[in-house]
Amino acid sequence: MYKIVKAEELAKNIYLMEVEAKRVAHSCKPGQFVIVKLDEKGERIPLTICDYDREAGTITIVFQTLGASTQRMAELNVGDSFRDFSGPLGCPSEFLDESIEELKGKKMLFVAGGVGTAPVYPQVKWLHENGIEADVIVGSKSKDMLILEKEMKAVAGNLYITTDDGSYERKGLVTDVIKDLVENQGKKYDVVVAIGPMIMMKFVSLLTKELGLHTIVSLNPIMVDGTGMCGACRVTVDGKVKFACVDGPEFDGHLINFDEAMKRQQMYKSDEGRAILKLQEGDTHHGGCGECGGDE
Amino acid sequence: MDVMKKVPVREQDAKVRAKNFEEVCLGYNKEEAMEEAIRCLNCKNAKCVVGCPVSIDIPGFIQEVKAGNIEEAAKIIGKSSALPAVCGRVCPQETQCEGVCIRGIKGEPVSIGKLERFVADWSRENNIEPEAPKPLNGKKVAVIGSGPAGLTCAGDLAKEGYDVTIFEALHEPGGVLVYGIPEFRLPKDTVVKHEIDNVKKLGVKIETNVVIGKSTTIDELLNEEGFDAVFIGSGAGLPKFMGIPGENANGVFSANEYLTRNNLMKAFMHGYDTPILAGQKVAVVGGGNVAMDAARTALRLGAEVHIVYRRSEEELPARVEEVHHAKEEGIIFDLLTNPIEILVNENGWVKGMKCVKMELGEPDASGRRRPFEVKDSEFVIELDTVIMSLGTSPNPLISSTTDGLEVNKWQCIVADEEHGKTTKEGVYAGGDAVTGAATVILAMEAGKIGAKGIMEFLENK
Ligand SMILES: Cc1cc2nc3c(=O)[nH]c(=O)nc-3n(C[C@H](O)[C@H](O)[C@H](O)COP(=O)(O)OP(=O)(O)OC[C@H]3O[C@@H](n4cnc5c(N)ncnc54)[C@H](O)[C@@H]3O)c2cc1C
Ligand SMILES: Cc1cc2nc3c(=O)[nH]c(=O)nc-3n(C[C@H](O)[C@H](O)[C@H](O)COP(=O)(O)OP(=O)(O)OC[C@H]3O[C@@H](n4cnc5c(N)ncnc54)[C@H](O)[C@@H]3O)c2cc1C
Ligand code: SF4
Ligand code: SF4
Ligand code: FES
Repeated sequence: MYKIVKAEELAKNIYLMEVEAKRVAHSCKPGQFVIVKLDEKGERIPLTICDYDREAGTITIVFQTLGASTQRMAELNVGDSFRDFSGPLGCPSEFLDESIEELKGKKMLFVAGGVGTAPVYPQVKWLHENGIEADVIVGSKSKDMLILEKEMKAVAGNLYITTDDGSYERKGLVTDVIKDLVENQGKKYDVVVAIGPMIMMKFVSLLTKELGLHTIVSLNPIMVDGTGMCGACRVTVDGKVKFACVDGPEFDGHLINFDEAMKRQQMYKSDEGRAILKLQEGDTHHGGCGECGGDE
Repeated sequence: MDVMKKVPVREQDAKVRAKNFEEVCLGYNKEEAMEEAIRCLNCKNAKCVVGCPVSIDIPGFIQEVKAGNIEEAAKIIGKSSALPAVCGRVCPQETQCEGVCIRGIKGEPVSIGKLERFVADWSRENNIEPEAPKPLNGKKVAVIGSGPAGLTCAGDLAKEGYDVTIFEALHEPGGVLVYGIPEFRLPKDTVVKHEIDNVKKLGVKIETNVVIGKSTTIDELLNEEGFDAVFIGSGAGLPKFMGIPGENANGVFSANEYLTRNNLMKAFMHGYDTPILAGQKVAVVGGGNVAMDAARTALRLGAEVHIVYRRSEEELPARVEEVHHAKEEGIIFDLLTNPIEILVNENGWVKGMKCVKMELGEPDASGRRRPFEVKDSEFVIELDTVIMSLGTSPNPLISSTTDGLEVNKWQCIVADEEHGKTTKEGVYAGGDAVTGAATVILAMEAGKIGAKGIMEFLENK
């Protein structure tokens, strides 16, 4: 059993939990994920590692309630436990392969959408701790859906926040901000890292391709085992089939067949299921960019 | 009674069982088992023992069954096998013990598998405990993977007083026994769990949710966690796909995914959260045991199911018994048929499969007749689900994170046959991870060999 030592509601339907998982905390790196299972009957749910404390042996996860499993997870409190917590899974972020010196010579831009802010945070924090300041764009549906603002501010170089409805800071999509920074403000970036709803990553990748900016995205396809055994997570990258759980989850955004990936993500979303979700959740958003189609 | 024939075994009626997940074969009761035991000739030079990869003293245990001493029979089997209730059910007996049984020369061989199963089931129902292990000898061994290879290796080492921990990537131990082979052939909660519990009773610790190569590495186990040796029994879990157009469409699954959702995650049972898209009309591509299992699972979930295989019935690699059961239940066999494209509708879902007809030519290197395409024979099968069952290969997760561990070109770990020794000192391996996808009993044999190899290594250290 893996005990929850902290549980917080960050925004409506977005929860943060700190969980005791010694082995994962001992060996994880930014960019990796875990698979959690609530109880005997629960699903295996993949979640990005949002932070870790090697000494305390804890892992921080941030999740948004979507279907039955994440809703059940949201009901857990401090002192409760997950039955299973497996990881770290997947490959660490690409930039970890480079030396600090090399990284210092690079200008990085992180683009986070909705709950994607959570996985972006440890990467920016890691860079900050190593003396590298990266710029960060955070997109949220509205002010009250924005998460980890304070934390992000503390570690980011420049932080640009944008909301779909204009209820806070800028109004517009993250792609509008990228365009503005590069085209109007003369910013130069060597690499863009985008994490958020699939549709956001698609449009960021389309834009950065035009702008000639190398782009990394973190895919979140449907998974079962997370160890390369089932192939549920397969995605097409540069015309080749890859398993996101072992070959990714981070890939070159310009090489991904996003349309296929988005269709695959909807596989278990029957029309009826969608209707029920809408009924239960009203207008809650499944991402943060205003385009993800989660509430269609 | 006709001594030339096996005492028939009771089975669930095909029409009934096609709609449930309960076990197909009901096994012998004590009277039936004792009657079947009479058929054994108690051969001096018992061929059957040679046919069994773990050399169970078959005439020995059958004589005890004949006399009604089931507990004694269990002890004899227990000396050689840690998973008799499993093997009695899933071993390809027809090519192993029963394939060489003297009784089989004139009539039907002795029903060794069903007798073994009876003894194991009887011991479980009568709470017979395994023999106590020797006192701890202070040596620690790590076993990676809790499939038949890992469980057997761990059990053998624990019996001799080694302090053994199994590390398993998934949340349940058992390997293919829990995630692959379906409930209706191998019940999980009764049979598999009980045999795993028996291994635990020997003092073996099982740590689930540990992915070696990610959560920790073999080098860390040896250098930091104080293990004196490691056995790798990580199986061959990586599924293959055909590489044809449309294969990533919604509704195309690997057999591993389909079976894992249903077996490990219990999608078929009410109250479990993991969904499965059962499909209305399903094609399973492939002809092995895994294909039969996927097909029969889809059937039970309510689909019309076709097995699509490119050779003829004779070449089907699945066990005869499984093919027979599948046919009885209503699986349709589209033989000499090969898919070339999966047709996809505008929403990304499977709507059909384009196939060609095949013909058999001369035997190839494997001795099977090589299939070739019949010209202009393209046709389309309409369906909504395709399950690819084309075999699996070892996952490179461990080999790619362990210094000095050699693999061959199929990603199989290189290990010698006598001791299971790999190219890295103190590291042994066996089962599907070494041979590629094979059988439960061969994995168990490799687990035994590995345990022996590790004991020799640690005694001389
Ligand atoms: C590597 C990886 C990292 C992830 N990290 C995070 C994270 O840090 N925080 C977070 O909130 N979520 C994350 N996700 C997504 C998360 O796993 C899903 O939201 C969760 O599994 C949904 O479970 P559910 O039972 O609540 O919903 P379900 O009932 O399973 O799903 C509801 C609907 O959501 C869709 N869906 C199912 N699985 C996914 C999925 N994997 N991604 C997107 N949509 C899905 C389906 O179409 C389904 O109908 C990650 C996914 C992956 C693969
Ligand atoms: C559907 C199906 C039906 C079959 N039917 C039969 C049958 O009827 N008769 C028969 O004899 N054989 C059958 N087989 C084959 C048989 O199940 C296998 O040959 C056998 O299970 C191999 O045993 P193993 O211990 O080597 O590996 P596995 O049973 O594959 O176990 C390996 C274990 O290692 C774990 N693992 C892998 N990587 C790691 C890692 N990095 N860290 C930690 N743990 C890890 C896996 O999760 C798994 O639990 C069938 C196989 C399948 C898939
Ligand atoms: S373990 Fe398998 S091969 Fe050996 S006797 Fe039992 S059924 Fe036969
Ligand atoms: S070969 Fe057949 S008849 Fe002879 S001992 Fe073995 S099971 Fe009995
Ligand atoms: S989730 Fe099963 S292979 Fe990736």
